[in-house]
Amino acid sequence: MSSNKKYWKSVEELNDNSSIVETLKQNEFVEEIPTSEFLGDKESLESSSTTRRDFLKYVGFSTAAASLAACEGPVIKSIPYVVQPESIIPGVANYYATTIANGFDFASVLVKTREGRPIKIENNDLAKTHNGANARVNASVLDLYDSLRVKSAMKGGNEILWSTFDEETSAKLAELSAAGKEIVLLTQTFASPSTSKLISEFKEKFGNVRHVVYDAVSESPALDAYEAKYGMRAMANYDFSKAMTIVSVGADFLSDWQGGGFDSGYAQGRVPKDGKMSRHIQFESNMSLSGANADKRVPLTPSQQKQALAKLYSLVVGGSVSTDLPQKIDEAVQKAASELKRAGSNGVLVTGIQDVNAQSLALAINESLGSKAFDPSTPILTRQGNNKAVAQLVTDMNAGRIGGLIMSGVNPMYTLPNATEFASGLEKTELSIAFSMKVDETSSNTQYVGAAPHYLESWGDVELKKGHYSLMQPTIRTLFDTRQFQEALLKWNGNDMSYRDYIKDTWGTGILSGSSFNQALQDGVYVGTIATETENTADAAESTDDSEATPAANAGAAARALAASAQSSGMELQLYTKVGMGDGQQANNPWLQEFPDPITRTSWDNYLTISAVDAKEKGLINEYEATGALNGSYANVAINGQDPITVPVIIQPGQAKGSVGLSLGYGRTAEGLKAEMKTGVNAYPLYQNFDTIQSVTVSPASGMHEFACVQLQNTLMGRGDIIKETTLEIFNTKDKEYWNPIPKVSLNHVETPVTSPEVDLWDEFDRSVGHHFNLSIDLNSCTGCGACVIACHAENNVPVVGKEEIRRSRDMHWLRIDRYYSSEDTFAEDNEKKDAFSGLTGDNGSLGGFGELENPADNPQVAFQPVMCQHCNHAPCETVCPVAASSHGRQGQNHMAYNRCVGTRYCANNCPYKVRRFNWFLYNKNDEFDYHMNDDLGRMVLNPDVTVRSRGVMEKCSMCIQMTQKTILDAKRDGREIKDGEFQTACSAACSSGSIKFGDINDHNSEVAKLKEDDRMYHLLESVGTKPNVQYHTKVRNTTEA
Amino acid sequence: MKKSYQSLEDNSTNNMIQVIYRRLASKMSSLGLVILLTLSTSLNAQEGDPVKGKQLYNTNCAACHQLDRKMTGPALRNVEARLAEEQGLDREWLNSWIRNSAGMIKSGDAYANQIWNEYNQTAMTAFPTLSDQDISDILAYTAATPPEKDDEVIQQQVVVQEPGISNKLILGALAILFALLAMALVLVRRTLNRFAEEKGLETIEEDKGLPIWKAFVQNQFLVLCSVIFLMLASAYFVYGYFMQVGVDQGYEPVQPIHYSHRIHAGDNGIDCKYCHSSARVSKHSGIPSLNICMNCHKSIYQVAEETQKEGIEEYGIDYNAEIQKLYKAVGWDENEQKYTGETQPVKWVRIHNLPDFAYFNHSQHVSVAGVECQTCHGPVEEMEIMYQHSSLTMGWCINCHRETNVKVEDNAYYAKIHEQLSKKYGVEKLTAAQMGGLECGKCHY
Repeated sequence: MSSNKKYWKSVEELNDNSSIVETLKQNEFVEEIPTSEFLGDKESLESSSTTRRDFLKYVGFSTAAASLAACEGPVIKSIPYVVQPESIIPGVANYYATTIANGFDFASVLVKTREGRPIKIENNDLAKTHNGANARVNASVLDLYDSLRVKSAMKGGNEILWSTFDEETSAKLAELSAAGKEIVLLTQTFASPSTSKLISEFKEKFGNVRHVVYDAVSESPALDAYEAKYGMRAMANYDFSKAMTIVSVGADFLSDWQGGGFDSGYAQGRVPKDGKMSRHIQFESNMSLSGANADKRVPLTPSQQKQALAKLYSLVVGGSVSTDLPQKIDEAVQKAASELKRAGSNGVLVTGIQDVNAQSLALAINESLGSKAFDPSTPILTRQGNNKAVAQLVTDMNAGRIGGLIMSGVNPMYTLPNATEFASGLEKTELSIAFSMKVDETSSNTQYVGAAPHYLESWGDVELKKGHYSLMQPTIRTLFDTRQFQEALLKWNGNDMSYRDYIKDTWGTGILSGSSFNQALQDGVYVGTIATETENTADAAESTDDSEATPAANAGAAARALAASAQSSGMELQLYTKVGMGDGQQANNPWLQEFPDPITRTSWDNYLTISAVDAKEKGLINEYEATGALNGSYANVAINGQDPITVPVIIQPGQAKGSVGLSLGYGRTAEGLKAEMKTGVNAYPLYQNFDTIQSVTVSPASGMHEFACVQLQNTLMGRGDIIKETTLEIFNTKDKEYWNPIPKVSLNHVETPVTSPEVDLWDEFDRSVGHHFNLSIDLNSCTGCGACVIACHAENNVPVVGKEEIRRSRDMHWLRIDRYYSSEDTFAEDNEKKDAFSGLTGDNGSLGGFGELENPADNPQVAFQPVMCQHCNHAPCETVCPVAASSHGRQGQNHMAYNRCVGTRYCANNCPYKVRRFNWFLYNKNDEFDYHMNDDLGRMVLNPDVTVRSRGVMEKCSMCIQMTQKTILDAKRDGREIKDGEFQTACSAACSSGSIKFGDINDHNSEVAKLKEDDRMYHLLESVGTKPNVQYHTKVRNTTEA
Repeated sequence: MKKSYQSLEDNSTNNMIQVIYRRLASKMSSLGLVILLTLSTSLNAQEGDPVKGKQLYNTNCAACHQLDRKMTGPALRNVEARLAEEQGLDREWLNSWIRNSAGMIKSGDAYANQIWNEYNQTAMTAFPTLSDQDISDILAYTAATPPEKDDEVIQQQVVVQEPGISNKLILGALAILFALLAMALVLVRRTLNRFAEEKGLETIEEDKGLPIWKAFVQNQFLVLCSVIFLMLASAYFVYGYFMQVGVDQGYEPVQPIHYSHRIHAGDNGIDCKYCHSSARVSKHSGIPSLNICMNCHKSIYQVAEETQKEGIEEYGIDYNAEIQKLYKAVGWDENEQKYTGETQPVKWVRIHNLPDFAYFNHSQHVSVAGVECQTCHGPVEEMEIMYQHSSLTMGWCINCHRETNVKVEDNAYYAKIHEQLSKKYGVEKLTAAQMGGLECGKCHY
C-alpha cells in the first residue's frame, strides 16, 4: 500500500466513537428494516385471502395478459341508432340558427352540430343586427360541456326532483302571495317578448310582484338618458359605417360598450375607398380596443373626459362651460369639435361615461349634428338593468320587506359591489331561488337552485333592437336534468304549455303579422314593422319637453353639471371588461382564460394597468425573466374607507397619467369553477354605485406576480416592414413605391426586387392549375377583437395548455393577433428616427436611439396583426424536415402530417414567422392539463374532422384544409363549379369586420384575387423570399386633421 | 320453380319490396304445389279453384296477409269459415269488404270498424276488380288444409355427415409405415453386422476427419457469409412482422347478430347503398340503423326453408333465430305487430377502422368517383360473415390513387381543371395522383 490516505463518505465516519459507524460496518442499514412487523403478524398474513403463490400467479397472469393484449388491436364496438333521426346523417354537419342572450352577450348565431352535438358557433349572415359572434360567443359552445354545471334541481345543497321543487316552491309562492308579501324576480336582461309576457302573467297571478332587471355591468345612465329624451328605456343605435368622423369620449365601442356589436359597421368605414376613410378620435384613459384603432388617441383621466365632453358639447352645440383641461388636451378637444362640426351629419359622438348627464349630452350632440350614424328610432334593447331598482331591492331585502326572491341569469353575490349587504338581505327572505348553470357565489346561498340549461339547450326569443327579433332554439337535448326559468314560470303560472308553444303563440299573435314561424325559426331572425311606433316615440319626446325646460338649456345644464362633477382626488380608476372575459360568467371556460388580451397580450389574469410615469413614482415595476416571462409588482388599491385589494400591476403604454385600469370578471371563487380558473382579482367591490370611474389610492404591496404574457410591451423599433403603415394623405398622393415598396436585394450589384425569379433560391412551380388559396388580412379593418382566435380554437381542436406553460411561451394558438406599439405618434416618425441614426453613440447614435425607441411612449400608436402560418410557397420549414412531415400542396397549403412528425422542431426553428406550435406534453386525457380535453363531456366539443394531436408533434395552422376540402367535395358531388365566397376558413368566417378574407386566386374574379393586386398588399417579411400565401394590406391612418 | 324465381329476381334487383314479395310468392307456390299433390281429391268438392286462388292471393293479398300469421292484416287461413262461426258473417259481407273496405267502415258496419281499429286504423286496399269467382278462388285457397310442418324433415337432414377418410388418418398411417421401415432397416443392419462379425470380417471404420461443424467454424468466410445471410433473413422477417402490426386484413370478428351479406347483397341483390345510404353523402358509410332492417323484416319474419336448411348445414346458423335477435333489439312484438319501445341497441364489432389521423370520405369515392364498394370491400355479396378484405394501409390507398383515372365525365367541377392538367401532363385521362391525390394534406389533417 503506497498511501495511508483515508477515504470517507461522511463526516460521521471521522468520529471514532460513533455507534452508527460501528453499526454500519456490520449491517447495511442503521436500523432494522421493519419486515418482521409485517411478516411477523402471522394472524393477518394467514387471514389474507391472497397467498404468496396466488400473488405470483396473479402477477404472472396479468403480465401475460398485458403482453398478449399489446399484440392485438382493441375490439371497437360501433353502435348504430335503433331508429335514426331523419335529419342526422353521421359525418354530415347540421346547422341551426339560434341566439345567445346570456345577459351580457346578445347575438344571432349559427350553430354547427355533428351527430347531434353542437361543436361550433358561427355568424348568422341573415341577421341584420348583432350578427357578429365575438370571442366570448364563439367560446360559449364550450360552456355547454362544462362538467361542473348544476345537474339537477337542488335544495340546501342536495339534489332534489323537479316535482319536489315544483310542489314546494309553488306552495311557498302561494303562501307568500296570500300573505301579501312581496315576491321579487331579479333577472338578467332578457329583452324577450315572451318572457316579458310570462312575467306579467306571473305578476297577475301572485299580485305583489316586482321585476328587477339587473345587468352585472350596467348601462343604466345611457338608458336613463334615452328614456328622458325619447320616453323608452333603451339605448340609441349607432351605425358607424355611416360616419366619417367618429369622436369617442371614453367609449370602448369596439368592445362591450352598450352591449357591443358595433365593430363590423365601424370596420366598413375604415377601409379607404376612393381616397376616403373615416376618421376616429378617441379620448380615453385606459388603452382600449377602440383607442388602439383610433387615428388620434388622446389619453386623459376620467374626470378630464367629463370636462372634455362638456366642452365638446359647448363647442359643437353651444352654451358655455368652464373647464380646466391641460392645454394640450384642450387643443385636442377643440380640434375634435371643429372636425365634428365640419363633418356635420357625417359625424358621430359616443361616450362611455357612466353618468346620465354625459349620456344626455351625447344624444344631444348627435341630434344637433343630425348624425346619419345615430339612430334613435330603432333603439337597442339588450341592456335594461336599472341601478336604482337594484339598490332599492338590496335596501328592501335588508329591511325584511321581501318575501321571496327568484333570480335568473344573475350572480349578485359576485357582481354586486355591496355583495355582503345582499347576502344579509338574502337571509331575511323566506324563499330564495336561483336559476343558474353553476353552483356560483349566489346559488350556493339560496334555498333552491333551479338547474338552468345552456342557451344551446333552450328555447327563447329576443328583441335585440326595436323590431329586430331573434329566436333561440335548442340544438341538443338537455345534457342534465335542467329546466329553463321560463318553463318554471309557466309551471308557477299554472300553464301547461311548453315554452316553445308559448313563444309560438306570442309570436303568432303579436310579432309575426302573418309570416311563418317556422321560417323565422329557420332563419333565426325576423324583422318586424316599426313604422307606427316611431311616431309614438316622437310624442313621448315632446311630452318630456313640456315637463322640463327646453332641450338645449336642459342639455346645457347637463354639460355644466357634468363639468362640475369632474373632480378627482388621488388616482382615478377606470373599470372595464376584457374582451376575453366580459362580466365573468364564462370564467370556467379555458378557451377564454387562455385567450390573450388584445392589448396587454396577457392571459389567465386581470391586473391594474398603470402609466409608466405613475408606476415609477410609486415604485411599481414590470420585469422580464431570462425566459421572457413577465413579472409585475403588486399594488394595493383602495377606495377610501374600504379594505384595499391587492392587484398585480402591468405598466400600460398609453395609460393616461393619474389613472389606472382594472378589469371586471375575474377573481371568481365559487365551487363551480376548476381551481385553475379561479384566477385574478375580483374588481366588483370597487364598482361602487355602478360607476366604472372611481377615486382610489394606489400603493405598492410586497411580492411579484407572475404573468402569462405572450408578447412583451416593447415597440416595433422602426421595423416598419412587419406592419406597413402609412397615412391617408400619403396613400392618396404618393405612388405605391413610396409607401409600400417591394424589398430589394443586391444581385450582381444591381438592386433587384425579391419577387423576381433570378434572386430566388427555389425553383418556381406552376401553380396556375386548380385552386390556389390565399388568405388576405386587412390591417385597416382588423380591430383586434380576437373572435378568429377562438373560432380557430374550436375548429381545429387547439389544446389549452395552462398559465404555467403560457409563461414558458408554449402557447398553442394557431392564430395569434400580434399587437405592436410604435413609440412615436406615427410609424413614419419611428422610421425617420431610425434612418437618422449615425454611428453607435452620440446624439444620433443608434445605441441611445434604439433605447428610446424601445421605450413605449406615453401615447403609442397601436397596430394589430393576426399572424398564422403564412403557407409560404417557398417554405423554409419544409426543406429542413428530416422526415418530410411538412410538405406543400398544389393548392397553396403547407401540409403537416402529424403521424409522420418525429418532433425534431427544426421546422419551428427555421420558420421566420414563429407560427409553428409544438406539443410539449400530451394535452388530452392528461390530469396535468385538467381542461376540457381531460373530461368526457368537454371532449364532445372536438371537431371530428380534425386530428387531436399527441405529444411530441409539431402543429400549425392548416388553412382549415378540412373546410376547403369539404367545399371542393360538395361541389364535386353536385357536379358544379365553386363560386367565390364558398371557400372559407374558421378565421375568415368568424371575422365580422371583413378583415380576413379567404379564397382562390386562380379564380381571377374572386375577391382575394383582386385583393392580391391591390396596391396596399404586401407579404410579411417579404425580403426573406418565402412567397407566402397570406397577404397583408397596409394600414392607412387618417391623420388628416380637418 | 327455382329457375322461374331467379329470372323474376333478375328483373327486379332494384326493387327490394318486389324481391321480397316474390320470395314469399315462391314459397307460397311451393306450399301450394304440395297442397295440390296431397289434397287433389278434396279439391273438386269446393266451388273455387285453389290453384287459381293461390295466384290471385299472391298477386293481391300476400303483401299484407299471411295464411297463418298476423301481419299488416289478419291471418287468412279458413277466413270464411271463421267469420261465419265467430261473427256470423257471410260471403256477401266478405265480398263487399274486399271490394270496398273503406266504404264499409264508413257505413258503420260494426265488425268492419272493429277490424279497422284493431289494425291501426289502416283501411284495406280496395279490390273492386275482383270478380265473385276470383274471391271464391282465393277463399278456396285459404280454406285448403296446410301441409304437415316439415320441421322433422329438416331435422333429419341435419344429421352430421359421415366424414370420409380424413387426411390425418392417412398421414398417421404413413408415419407408422415409415417408422416400421426405419426399424426394419436398423434391424437388418444389425443382423448384417452380426453376420460379418461371426464370419470374422472387420467392419471398416471410416476415417471421420473433422466434424462438419468444426470445419464450418474454421472457415471464417463461410461463417461471415452465413451470419450475413442469417441477419438479412431475420431482418426480413422482423420487417415483415412489424409491417403487419395494426394491419387487420382478414379480420372477421363474431358479430352479435349473424348478419349474412351473402343472403342480403348476394342472393337478394339488395343494393349496398340501400342500407349504407350515408356512403353517398357522408364520410361514413354508416352502419344501418335497425329501422332500416325493419323496412323488410317487418314482413320477413323467417327465411325460406331451403335457406334455413343451408344455414344450419353449411354455417351452423339458425337464421330464423337471428331474425328474432333483431326483433328483440329493435323491440318488435311479432304477435301484436307493433313496437314495444324497449330497445337494445346492437353493439356491432367494427371491422374497418382507419386511424384517426387518416381522413377518408366515402362519398368522394362512392358518389363522385363511382368506385364500386367491392373494389375496397371485396366480394361482399359472397361473404357469409363480413371480413376486412383489403389491407387498408397507406400503400394500398396510394397505389389505387396512382392507377385509377379520375371520373371527370359530366362533372362541371372537373371541366376546367381537367382540361388544363391533361394538357400539362400530356395525357388523355388523369389519375387521382396527378390530380393531387397523393398530397399528405389531402388525407392527413
